[in-house]
Amino acid sequence: MNLNTITAIKRPTSADEIGEWRDGYAWIAGGTWLFSTPQVRTDTLIDLQSLGWPALQASDDGLEIAATCTLAELTRFNAPQEWKAAPLFKMCCESLLASFKVWNAATVGGNICMSLPAGSLISLTASLEGVYTLWPRGAEPRKVPAVAFVTGNNKNVLRPGELLRSIHLPAKALSKRFAFRRASLTHLGRSAIIVIGTVGAGDLVLTVTAATERPFQIHFERLPDEYTLRKALNAVIPDAAYFNDVHGSASYKRHLTYYFAEQVRAELLQGAQQ
Amino acid sequence: MKFSINGRFIQEEPAPGQCLRTFLREQGCQGVKKGCDTGDCGACTVWIDGTPFHSCLMPAFRAAGREITTIEGLQQNGELHPMQQAFLDAQAFQCGFCAAGMIMTAATFDEKAREDLPHMLKGNLCRCTGYGSIHDALHGIKAAEDDVAGHACGASLKSPFAEAIVTGKARYTLDAVPQKPLHLKVLRSPHAHARIRTIHRGEAIAVPGVVAIFTWEDVPRRLYSTATHEDHLVDPDDTYMLDNVVRFVGQRVAAVVADSEGAAEAAARLIDVDYEILPAVFDPVEAMKPDAPILHQTGLESRGNIYVDIHGEIGNVAAGFEEADVIHEKTYSTSRVQHAHLETHGSIAWKGEDGRVHVRTSSQAPFIAKQKLCHLFGLLDRDVHVFTERIGGGFGGKQEMISEDLCVLAALKTERPVMWEFTREEQFIGATTRHPMTTRVKLGARRDGTLTAIEVHVVSNTGAYGGHGSETLAAALSSPLAAYRCPNKKADGYAVYTNMVPAGGFRGYGASQTTFAIECAIDDLAKKLGVGPFEIRRKNMIRSDDWIESVWKDATDVTFGSYGLDQCLDLVEASLASGRGLAKPDGDDWVEGSGIALAMLESGPPTEHRSGAVMALLPDGTYHLAVGSTEMGNGSATAHRQIAAEILATRADRIALINGDTDLTPYDTGTFASTGTVVAGQAVALTATALRDNIFSYAARYFGCNAADLSLHDDAIICANQTVPLRELVARGAATGHRFEAKRKAYLSPRSVGFNVQGIRAAVHRVTGQIAILQSVHAADIGKLINPMQCRGQIDGAIGMGLGWALYEKMVYNDKGAMVNASLRDYRIPTFADLPRSEIYFADTYDSVGPLGAKAQGECAINAVAPAVANAVANATGVRFPDLPLTPDRIFEKLGRCHGRTSKLSP
Repeated sequence: MNLNTITAIKRPTSADEIGEWRDGYAWIAGGTWLFSTPQVRTDTLIDLQSLGWPALQASDDGLEIAATCTLAELTRFNAPQEWKAAPLFKMCCESLLASFKVWNAATVGGNICMSLPAGSLISLTASLEGVYTLWPRGAEPRKVPAVAFVTGNNKNVLRPGELLRSIHLPAKALSKRFAFRRASLTHLGRSAIIVIGTVGAGDLVLTVTAATERPFQIHFERLPDEYTLRKALNAVIPDAAYFNDVHGSASYKRHLTYYFAEQVRAELLQGAQQ
Repeated sequence: MKFSINGRFIQEEPAPGQCLRTFLREQGCQGVKKGCDTGDCGACTVWIDGTPFHSCLMPAFRAAGREITTIEGLQQNGELHPMQQAFLDAQAFQCGFCAAGMIMTAATFDEKAREDLPHMLKGNLCRCTGYGSIHDALHGIKAAEDDVAGHACGASLKSPFAEAIVTGKARYTLDAVPQKPLHLKVLRSPHAHARIRTIHRGEAIAVPGVVAIFTWEDVPRRLYSTATHEDHLVDPDDTYMLDNVVRFVGQRVAAVVADSEGAAEAAARLIDVDYEILPAVFDPVEAMKPDAPILHQTGLESRGNIYVDIHGEIGNVAAGFEEADVIHEKTYSTSRVQHAHLETHGSIAWKGEDGRVHVRTSSQAPFIAKQKLCHLFGLLDRDVHVFTERIGGGFGGKQEMISEDLCVLAALKTERPVMWEFTREEQFIGATTRHPMTTRVKLGARRDGTLTAIEVHVVSNTGAYGGHGSETLAAALSSPLAAYRCPNKKADGYAVYTNMVPAGGFRGYGASQTTFAIECAIDDLAKKLGVGPFEIRRKNMIRSDDWIESVWKDATDVTFGSYGLDQCLDLVEASLASGRGLAKPDGDDWVEGSGIALAMLESGPPTEHRSGAVMALLPDGTYHLAVGSTEMGNGSATAHRQIAAEILATRADRIALINGDTDLTPYDTGTFASTGTVVAGQAVALTATALRDNIFSYAARYFGCNAADLSLHDDAIICANQTVPLRELVARGAATGHRFEAKRKAYLSPRSVGFNVQGIRAAVHRVTGQIAILQSVHAADIGKLINPMQCRGQIDGAIGMGLGWALYEKMVYNDKGAMVNASLRDYRIPTFADLPRSEIYFADTYDSVGPLGAKAQGECAINAVAPAVANAVANATGVRFPDLPLTPDRIFEKLGRCHGRTSKLSP
C-alpha cells in the first residue's frame, strides 16, 4: 500500500553514510512487511538493497547469507551434497503464509527482524545453529546466536538503527540429518508450530518455533528416549511461553509441541538405526 | 525516474512511499487491482523483468529502470496470451476482480509449477469460483460453448464481459475516475460505545491539501437504515450519517476530503475527539438483560436492546413432545464472518454540468441507494443518478449504502468530485457481516424416526444497527423449518442490538445459520434413534404434495413450481456410496466419516421485489437490452442475454446489454435475495416476448401473413420460404413510424422453492485436529439450467464459501470489542489449497413459476455445506462440534478431552 507518511528515500552505498539515527528512520530490505501496513511513525526509508551485499557465499565454513538475500534466492541455492539439511531452506520458506511472489521480494533478514513467532527463517537459522552479525550504529559489529536474537512476539535484541548484516550457518550444522514437522490451521497457512530436529554425531538439537513467542532450543548429547524428551520440554518451555493468537490457541500449540517433538525424535532415531 | 511499462517508456517521479500498484494505475493500467493492499490476495500481480510480484508491496522506486508488464501488456500482436485464452475458455472467473492477478501469476508457471498449484496459487485469492474453474483453466479444459442461434437457453455461454475481464479492460467501480477528484477518508471510533463531547479539527484542517472535514454537526440530522430493501420499513431507521454517539469500534466519526489520500489520512489522525466512554455490551444474551446498557433511545427503550422478536407455532409442540419416544435438545452456534468480496466498497460522486448528482458505485441496489440519497439530502428523484458498471463481488455485502452518502455530502459541499475507496481493514471493521446466531433446537420423534415436534429458539446478534436484523431472523425461522413435515412446530427468535459491528445481508441470509443448527440436530436425533441420515430425512422431509409452512398458519405465496429434493438425496447418496474421492490418509489416528445436510430456500424474498427491462431491435438488426439489476459476478447478465436470445431465437452476442443505471435502465429493487434470474430474468423474458410479438405483428403486415406463421432465426425473420434480414424489416418499419421496442416489469409472486443437498466425506486426525475433506458432493434442484457452466460455477463458489465458514473463518474480537484479525492475512478465506474439487449434480426439474423453467440459485447452495461438514466430523469422531468454525485447535480442545489423547502425549 502507499506509505503516505514517507517523505524521503535514502539509497546509501555504504551503511556508514547513515550518520545519526533518529525516530522516523526505517531500514527497508524487501519491504514486503513495511508496505503491507501503514507506517505512520516513519518518514524516511533507507534502502539496504543499494548496499549491494552478495546474497549467498558458501565456503568450507558454511554459508553466509546476507540479510538482503531474498527468499527466492535462498530457495534456489544449490547446496553441496554433504549439506544434508539444505532442503530445510525451501521447507521453511514454504512454511510462511507468503506466496512465492512475495519470496521474490522478501528477504531473509526482513523475516528475522520482524521477529514474529511464525517467522520461519528464524526457525531455519535457529535450528541450523546460525550466528547473526549485527551492525550497531556507531559501534563495532557484534555476533548473536540465532536462537537468542528473538526475545518475544515482534521483539528482538536490535537497538535503534542497528542492522542485521548477515547470517552464518556453520557447515557442521548444515551437514546434519534433520526431521521437520509443521502444522497450521489452514492448508499452507501461517505456521502454528514448527519443530525441527537435527542430528550430528549422535547429538540432537531440537528447535521449537511458531508455537512459542520466541525460539526454544534443547541440546541432547545423544538421542533421548520419549520420557527424557518430554521432561526436557517441560523444563525448558514454560506454559506462558506458548503463543496464543488467531492462528492457533496456546494449548493447541503446546499439545502439538510434545506430539511433534516425539515424532521428530522417533524419525531421527529410526534414521540412526538404519 | 524512468520506467518501462508494457513496452512504453515513461519518466515520472512516484511519491517516496508510493507502491507500484497505485503508480501503475496512475499510468493507466487499471487492470492492476486492489483486493487487500497487503500482499495477501494477488489481485495486483505484475511482472518486473518477467518475474511476478505483488505490486502493492513493491516500492515504486524499486521498479525504476526495469521492465514492467501488466495484464494490459500480456497480449502479443493483438493475440491473447495462452493463459488469457485458457481463462476465457474455462470462464475461470465470476466477478473477475481476481482474474488479472491470477492470469499474471499463472502465466509464469512451467510444467513443474502446474503440478503444485496449491503452493503456487496460495498468493491468489478468489472469493467467487471455489477455484474449480481456475483449476480447469490451468489444465486446458474448455467449458464455454459456442453461441448458436436458437440454442441459447441451456448452453454454457461465455460471460458478455469475458474478453474485457481477461485483458484487464473491464471497468470496475474505481477504474473510471473524474479528473482531480478529492479523496475521502474516515476517522473511525476506537470505542465500542461512547458519546462525543467535542471534536476539534483545527490541527487537521491545517494539513496542506485538506479541503473539508465533516462531523455529526455537518450532516442532515435524518435517521435511516443503511440496509437496502424495496420496502424501507423492514429495516429500522436507527442510523445517522454521522452521529454524536458511537456504538461499535469502527463506526464513522468524521470524514475528511483532501487533494490526496495521504493528506486526508494525515488529517484524520489529527482530529481531536473527546469521548465520554459509555458501558458496552457485546453478547446478545447479556444485552437482553434488564441492566444492560441500552444502545438506542428511539422511543422503544422499554424493549431493551431487542430490536425485533418473532414467534410462531403450528399445532402444539408441547403435545408433540409428549408423543415423542426420543427427544433431542442442543444449542448450536455460528460465527461472525465477512463477505470478503475482492473489490472493496467504494463510490465516486460529483455534480454534473447538468446540475444533477451522479454517483458511480459498487452496489447491489443502485435504485434503492438513490432513494436513500434523495431522503438524506432532500433531493428530488430527478436530480440524482446512481449507476454501477462492473462490480467485484457482493454476496450481500453491497446490499447496503455505506459509501455513497459521504461522497455525495462532500461533493455537494465542495462542488468537486469525491471518491472513497474502503481499505481491506475497513471492510472488516466498518462494513457488515453475517449475523452470528445461537440456536437451541429441540426435536421429538417416534421410535420409527417420525418427527412429532420441532422447536427452535434463536438469538441473533444484529450488532449496533438493525439493518437486515428482522428479515434475516424471519428467514432463519422460515425455510429451514418448512423443509420438514411435522404437525407441531414452534419458533421464537430475537434479534438483539449489541456494541458490535452491524450485521447485514450475507448469502443464505439467516437461513444458513438455522439450517446449520437444524441439520446438525437432525443427525444427532438420528444417531439417538439408530437410523441413518438419509433415512431420517426421507421420512420427514417436505414432499411435493405437502402444504409449505414453517411456524405460521397464514397462507403464503410460496408454491412448488417444481420439486426435486428426492432426486437430490438420491444423487448424493449414490455418489457417497460410489467410493469416489480420496482415500483416508494412512495412520490409525485418522478417523473417517461422512455427513449430509439438506436445505430448502424460497426462490426470492418474502419482501417486495420488482424489476423492469426495456428492449429494442436496432437498425442494424441487433438488439439492445436494458435491465435494472446489477451484475457483480453472479452471472445474471449472462443469463439475461440467454433468456432474451432464446425467446428471440438469436445468438446471445447479438444482444447488447446495459444494467444497473438509474438513468439508463428501468427500476430494479436490487440484485439480492437470489432474484437475478427469477425476478430480473422474468422481466427480461416478458420484455423479449413482448418485443417478439411486436416484431411479429409488424411482420405479419409486411408479409401479409398470420403472425403464427412467422419465426425468427438469428438475424432474420422467416415467413414460409421467405427470409428477410431483420435490418431490412427495421428499415421498412422505421419508414412507416413503427417502433420495435418493448418494456415490461416483473414482480415476484408466487415464489417457487429450490433444494440443495451436500454430502461430505471427511477424515479427522484425532491428535492434530486436522480435517481432510475426502469427497464433496452437491446436488441442486434449481429447475432448468439457463447456463449449466455458470450454475455449476456458482455452486462451486458457494461450496467454497461454505467450507470457509465451516472450517476457517471467524472474526475475532478483544474484550473491548475491537477486531483482532481485520486483514486477509489473519482472517483466512479459503485458498486453492484449502478446497476440494466437488462433484455437482442437478435434479431434472422444470419450474412452472420461474422464467424458462429456472429457479433461484445464488444463495441456497451455501446453506447445506457447513452442517454437512459438521455431521461428517461428528460421524468420524463420535463427538458433536456444535459451534463454527471447526478449526483444528478447537477440534483438539474437545477431542483431547474425549479421547484422553493429551494425557498420553502431553506431559
